[in-house]
Amino acid sequence: MVKKLPKVDVVIIGVGWAGGIIASELTKKGLNVVGLERGKERKTEDYYMVHDELRYALRYELMQDLSKETITFRGNERTRALPMRQYGSFLLGDGLGGAGVHWNGQTFRFLPYDFEIRSKTIEKYGKNKIPKGMTIQDWGITYDELEPYFDRFEKIAGISGEENPLGGKRSAKYPTPPMKKSPQMNDFEKAAKQLKLHPYIVPSANLSESYTNPDGISRAACQYCGYCERFGCEYGAKADPVVTVIPVAKKTGKFEIRTHSNVRRILHSGKKATGVMYTDVTTGEDIEQPADIVVLTGFVFNNVRLLLMSNIGSPYNPSNGTGVIGKNYAYQVAKGGAVGFFDDKEFNTFAGAGALGVTIDDYNGDNFDHSNLGFIHGGMIQYNQSGMRPIQNNAVPSGTPTWGKDFKKTSIKYANRYLSVGSQGSSMPFQHHYLDLDPTYKDAYGDPLIRITFDFEEQDQNLAKFLAGKCGDILKEMGANHVDVLKELGPYEITTYQSTHNTGGVIMGADPNTSAVNNYLQMWDMDNLFVVGASAFAHNSGYNPTGTVGALSYRAAEGILKYHKKGGSLV
Amino acid sequence: MVDETKKEIPESVSRRKFIRNTGYVVGGVVVGGAVGSLLPFGNKTKEIKNNETSPTKSENFNQALMHFTQEQFNIVQAATERIFPEDENGPGAKALGVAFFIDHQLAGDWGFNSRDYMQAPFYKGEKVQGYQGRLKRREIFDIALQEMQNHSMEKYKKKFTDLSGDEQDAVLKDFEGDKVNITTISPSGFFNILRSSTLEGVYSDPLYGGNMNMAGWKMKNYPGNQMAYSDIIEKGYKKIAPQSLRDHLAH
Repeated sequence: MVKKLPKVDVVIIGVGWAGGIIASELTKKGLNVVGLERGKERKTEDYYMVHDELRYALRYELMQDLSKETITFRGNERTRALPMRQYGSFLLGDGLGGAGVHWNGQTFRFLPYDFEIRSKTIEKYGKNKIPKGMTIQDWGITYDELEPYFDRFEKIAGISGEENPLGGKRSAKYPTPPMKKSPQMNDFEKAAKQLKLHPYIVPSANLSESYTNPDGISRAACQYCGYCERFGCEYGAKADPVVTVIPVAKKTGKFEIRTHSNVRRILHSGKKATGVMYTDVTTGEDIEQPADIVVLTGFVFNNVRLLLMSNIGSPYNPSNGTGVIGKNYAYQVAKGGAVGFFDDKEFNTFAGAGALGVTIDDYNGDNFDHSNLGFIHGGMIQYNQSGMRPIQNNAVPSGTPTWGKDFKKTSIKYANRYLSVGSQGSSMPFQHHYLDLDPTYKDAYGDPLIRITFDFEEQDQNLAKFLAGKCGDILKEMGANHVDVLKELGPYEITTYQSTHNTGGVIMGADPNTSAVNNYLQMWDMDNLFVVGASAFAHNSGYNPTGTVGALSYRAAEGILKYHKKGGSLV
Repeated sequence: MVDETKKEIPESVSRRKFIRNTGYVVGGVVVGGAVGSLLPFGNKTKEIKNNETSPTKSENFNQALMHFTQEQFNIVQAATERIFPEDENGPGAKALGVAFFIDHQLAGDWGFNSRDYMQAPFYKGEKVQGYQGRLKRREIFDIALQEMQNHSMEKYKKKFTDLSGDEQDAVLKDFEGDKVNITTISPSGFFNILRSSTLEGVYSDPLYGGNMNMAGWKMKNYPGNQMAYSDIIEKGYKKIAPQSLRDHLAH
């Protein structure tokens, strides 16, 4: 028997960045909101023992328990998809704050080009520049339309930064000044300028100084302790949903968070969502929560999976490109990089912050001429000093053995004497890259796992090599004695960490035939259901996605409030 | 064992200095919520009492086995010492307690693959799809250590622990290069786990039984667990004596 609870105005599925933003904006306007979170409660005090590389970085303390739920993966449709049994390529968040707890805090805005990528590519290079099978499309919104929401997110999170000389126009400066500059950041900046490039300091949610945001939330400054990625911040300096938006929603008295609540179906009748069914994972009890408006704010995979399991929207069909749920899954081409070894310099690379670095965008988006290049878009190049922890960072120059006497000697010699310059390449969607339900493997509740069909394409091979070469050039200019550059990008594999920047599957657009949600992230097929997150990205840019997720979340919150007043389609 | 019991006093000083340097109390703004309770004031009497009653020299009672047999332990100790040997930089895996670290890890969640997806069906996958076996890590070690013994007997008519260093290296290389014929496990897969868990045992917080006396960190000039680097982040290289997570415990 399913227990049925009294109806609320809004139910939110997943309380991370998107869920927290929606909750804070809606409750401020008096709506009653219930947030269902399948993981546990979290608070800053949980992180007093957080400087533990083994527990957090290698045993994945903050991540989803894969024994209960994972994904399956195959490179193409001819291969059998198999479960990701252990972590590798990307890390799924879990608990209050979701993946927003273990992010690094790099908070970029996508480029104006990103939002109109198809039109702008055709306009400049002609239709033939787009390879067969590449399904890029415009997002149904322009950068200028989204700009106020970027600004809003940056002010709430307190982003510390300086203007990107090659970025879109800004209506205001960053609310806090850029992070401190380490000597290596200065070296990178100098080298980049020598090469006539345009370096700027990474926009950071780690906070360069203490800050009070427009919601009245005060937070402390970053201490550069070097434990951001895969960790929570014991100072609350790194903006995460638990220390920014969730307290604002809670303070209204209108937001009820139910942890350990795993949503398994979105319920609907006719063309309306009526609520959700979830399992209280502590008791096994199935519970129905009716609501006027349902907001799906999980990570990419769960947003797609819940829609497919609930039979909402038309599932994507890769053989003819019709249908939309699961379409345009994209990732990140993160392996195009280089490592430089310095014989006569030593650095404090053990210190750092998740978003402490210098970036160049000269090879990102369409900031450079692609006429003679075997790819479109590009990627940012960056020296990022996130804090090199000792188990995971034991690089040695090529040719050195990977264990034994010489390995030990060399890895110790270079422990504080090597720097990585990396890139984040964009990922373009292709007709045969998609998400659907796995026919074989199930989660702990008997529901199908989501299945990824994805591989790197020729475009990605070319892009990774191109960007890696540029990274190597910068390291040489910085004076490295030995530089190792990625020589070729192999097939996509699930076993080594690359990035948790999975995108797409419930993409936004201007046309219901080619997109799942409109530019308020309202479902075309069900106007009281909003699907918010990086699942809305029609492709992935050459940046970390959270800034754009934050902006889209504020946009969606505005849409939900409009819908609450007037109903109907918002566009 | 090095006498570590004098730690508390410099640690409290560094915490006080930390507050002074970071200026959290300036302006009377309540920030972040957490910082105040990070600092274990008011409990000092208790700390000192504990120190007074504790012996100046104590045995490390963590050095006993939870999973391995004595023979398995000896093989792991010998093998990890080849992977990370003692040299002029400092101790190797053996002196750092790496084999105890691995033993203890195998007895917990990691050894039982508790947080991995272990549901059937099992199929042999493509290399890009990662580990698809049904064996848990502790079972992989059990099988692999026996196979290392078998391979040593076959090749040299001696047990692994009786081989010379070069011979032990050759056995390890045969595993690394999949040159050993085993049906149940992947020799190179095992070698990779052995190598990565050796590095974990060398460089993880000493609370897990490896990195004895933080000597792994000291060799690498890694400062371990510090509250803040805001003072040095803009400056050139600075050597800092390491601290462990024990220094973070509020008593």
